[in-house]
Amino acid sequence: MTTLPTLPTHSLFDRLEPLLAQVSKPIQYVGGEHNSVVKAWEDVDVRWCLSYPDAYEVGQPNQGVAILYEILNERDWILAERTYSIWPDMEARMRDAGVPQFTLDAHRPVRMFDVLGVSFSTELGYTNLLNLLDLSGMSLHAADRGEDEPIVIAGGHAAFNPEPIADFIDVAVLGDGEEASLLISDIIREWKADGREGGREGLLLRLASTGAFYVPRFYDVDYLDDGRIQRVAPNRPEVPFQVRKHTLMNLDEWPYPKKPIVPMAETVHERYSVEIFRGCTRGCRFCQAGMITRPVRERNIETIGAMVEGGLRATGLEEIGLLSLSSADHSEIAEVTRQLADRYEGSNVSLSLPSTRVDAFNIDLANELSRNGRRSGLTFAPEGGSERMRKVINKMVTEDDLINTVAAAFSSGWRQVKLYFMCGLPTETDEDVLAIADLARRVIETGRRASGTRDIRCTVSIGGFVPKPHTPFQWAAQASAETIDHRLLLLRDTIRQDRNYGKAIGLRYHDGKPGVIEGLLSRGDRRVGRVIERVWREGGKFDGWNEHFSYERWVAAATEELAPYGVDLDWYTVRERGYEEVLPWDHLDAGLDRDWLWEDWQDALDEREVEDCRWTPCFDCGVCPQMDTDIQIGPTGKVLLPLMVAKPNLA
Amino acid sequence: MAQRQPPVQQAPPAQRLRLRYAKRGPGRFTSHRDFGRALERALRRAEIPMAYSSGFSPHPRISYANAAPTSAASEAEYVELALAEVCDPQKVAAALNDVLPHGFVILDVAEGRPESLGDLLQVSDWKMTLAGAQPGVLGQAASRLLDRDEYTVERLTKNGMRTFDVRAAVLILRAIDDQTLALRSVHQTPLVRPDDVVTALRQLDARVPAQALLTRLAQGPLVGERIGDPLRESPVMQP
Ligand code: B12
Ligand code: SF4
Repeated sequence: MTTLPTLPTHSLFDRLEPLLAQVSKPIQYVGGEHNSVVKAWEDVDVRWCLSYPDAYEVGQPNQGVAILYEILNERDWILAERTYSIWPDMEARMRDAGVPQFTLDAHRPVRMFDVLGVSFSTELGYTNLLNLLDLSGMSLHAADRGEDEPIVIAGGHAAFNPEPIADFIDVAVLGDGEEASLLISDIIREWKADGREGGREGLLLRLASTGAFYVPRFYDVDYLDDGRIQRVAPNRPEVPFQVRKHTLMNLDEWPYPKKPIVPMAETVHERYSVEIFRGCTRGCRFCQAGMITRPVRERNIETIGAMVEGGLRATGLEEIGLLSLSSADHSEIAEVTRQLADRYEGSNVSLSLPSTRVDAFNIDLANELSRNGRRSGLTFAPEGGSERMRKVINKMVTEDDLINTVAAAFSSGWRQVKLYFMCGLPTETDEDVLAIADLARRVIETGRRASGTRDIRCTVSIGGFVPKPHTPFQWAAQASAETIDHRLLLLRDTIRQDRNYGKAIGLRYHDGKPGVIEGLLSRGDRRVGRVIERVWREGGKFDGWNEHFSYERWVAAATEELAPYGVDLDWYTVRERGYEEVLPWDHLDAGLDRDWLWEDWQDALDEREVEDCRWTPCFDCGVCPQMDTDIQIGPTGKVLLPLMVAKPNLA
Repeated sequence: MAQRQPPVQQAPPAQRLRLRYAKRGPGRFTSHRDFGRALERALRRAEIPMAYSSGFSPHPRISYANAAPTSAASEAEYVELALAEVCDPQKVAAALNDVLPHGFVILDVAEGRPESLGDLLQVSDWKMTLAGAQPGVLGQAASRLLDRDEYTVERLTKNGMRTFDVRAAVLILRAIDDQTLALRSVHQTPLVRPDDVVTALRQLDARVPAQALLTRLAQGPLVGERIGDPLRESPVMQP
């Protein structure tokens, strides 16, 4: 932009400027990025502040927030700005100077907005939510919030069990946010037009009575003497027993983000990403994302091509990501990658496909995407080390498949293979984990033979499994940190001792402790809120960052805060749940039939696999009839639309 | 393996353009690297036909000179672009201004000249705002510094603690009002920055506030007693 407008109304910029000059990487707090939007406060009816509760470098690239920012700002009666978590050095200066949490776009105080929408893709952002509320000068507890405070709305995958943060949020939104955020805006606008009827409570009631928004305060939770939940029931006649998730259909009609913000500060993920489809029905039993985003809805090749071209022009980025839960599964992925690779051949544009499918087809795609680039590393995710383990988790890939795939990769010039695994899966034994070492050995052996060189590597990356709500493993006992650590060390020693292959195999792992806390937060209920608050009061924040996360602080807080309820950390994590137990999220409807999930859990224990409903008949997971949705996939037979580009005349 | 194709040898640039740009508002908080990334992306959005370097990962040919430190605003930053096609300099500037992030504005543009930008950027004029300074303090501290023949301060750099002779770099230093200093400094090696001058003033008088908001007002060759336009003028020694 050529001119700087005079400061927008309510801007705190003048007070911020001197503080910013004293902190590290100040640019992360000030916005002004290309494609950011500043609107006049008075010109709109509804004002959103969106947040991803982590540092800018992690939060800015988030696709969910980018989509909502654009969709909301496209409406002339809505304004959306953004805010992220603030590092301790800046926070200290803001608290000293009495400057509250502000937005990047117009530097307005967060507390002035109608809505504070927070996106949670991980539960480890909960302490940052508390800090965000506090630094905004807002009431920590929803119950204490005044009429003039924003309503706090949680969205993103973690919102499928928002019970641990129920005390701090006003509303949770399950599922896709495109239409949901517009519906919320409509309801707020009407409520304002009706003279804010019923005040804050009145607005929340309007939202809750649709059945599409979860307002925790309108549900009471009763407990049994043994600590389990007895019942969760609405305390208002207008409010339904179940709250349903949102599912966006016809993704071709929603080609967002079209012009995402181009960060000036460095971030973790600097590429223009196109979601080529949403949802996944592969049915991996550990994967919450796959379960809660059904059914599969593809974008067609025409839309993908148009989004890529438009996105490149709007951002000036050079890297394109074709994003989804399993990108190689798009019904026309070969066409999409070939045609895009053709179109951008010879330019500096690079394409990437975060894909985890383990088959030869994947190698063809990878080769296509690296036509003139270097073939350095390929990534596969077998997730389970032994064949038995992979049956339990429904990751249908045999060891021979994997080895053949790897052989194909090494013969076409790839030199490094990265394999992702999980440790602590249900029914897992030491042997299952040690099978990873055997697999890695076979990979190196095969690679050396296929490539004719010893210069190849296999990196094994392994993390502790955390059971998640709305998955067949929601009933499972989580493995203790000791179990995880024991198995990881065993694996490490076994690989190290291997004279022949040990040096060619790298092992990357994390200890089991953070996973235990993630487990507490994932399957927790409202009582866990006190633990989160206690941890935050004792200085806990940025829990996703090793250097800030304190296991000891979490354990101590859990011990003390849960004791009055007769439950503890183990009760939430390493305890297996039974069929009859009321789970904290049972009243939140992801569409999955509870009995189907239970049967799938039993099938897992029996090591029985289930097919993908895209290619076999529906196996009645419940989502499509319950949500009135359908699988939307190609092939469409379409091709990339020709580019209509007029080069600017600069001569 | 035949996977790596030999790097393409790029043709020499068809034209060199030098730009003067401002860093204002949020833009002042970008680091040098941040600005570099932002500029490259803006060049692509504006579809400026950049010349590229040869090699495995060709990058657009941009030369930076003497960038202001993070958190300093500036009305006089300079950069040189190498283009693959001859363009109208004014059109390039206008196209960039349409797509640059908030806080960056191209103010002037001219064809490149034989002298390097680095050689032309000899001195800078700075405005230093020290909020909260008591009346008279800045002026007194400034004259105490000017009275010295030499005055060194230390600063931690990437290569450890370094000593800088602040006095040697200062040509002009005076208080414009109670909270504001005007500084003209010479770019020498090692480069004395305006915050080094603030450090010196604080050592001389502890009442000088620690935090200064800096703005570079001009930068260029010394032409007699004034700062010349580095896009068009060359240094002229004082007689
Ligand atoms: C790109 C990506 C990353 C990137 C960028 C992350 C980022 N900052 O966004 C990087 C590489 C950095 C990353 C890191 C991690 N990721 Co990741 N990532 C993805 C990936 C591939 C795409 C995410 C995405 O953009 N989705 C598309 C957008 C549109 O969906 P969305 O964000 O959910 O938003 C929609 C709705 O949820 C909703 N919504 C979201 N927020 C809000 C807010 C409000 C108010 C409302 C109303 C609605 C709403 O509206 C949006 C539009 O419909 C997903 C897989 C996938 N395809 O989803 C995994 C995924 C999200 N990541 C995952 C994980 C585990 C991680 C890590 C924890 C990995 C690790 N161990 O370090 C880290 C966490 C980093 C962090 N602290 O956030 C898991 C989450 C698991 C889970 N929930 O059970 C996923 C699902 C992959 C998987 N299958 O396991 N990731
Ligand atoms: S309801 Fe049937 S078709 Fe729909 S996602 Fe579930 S299994 Fe697939």
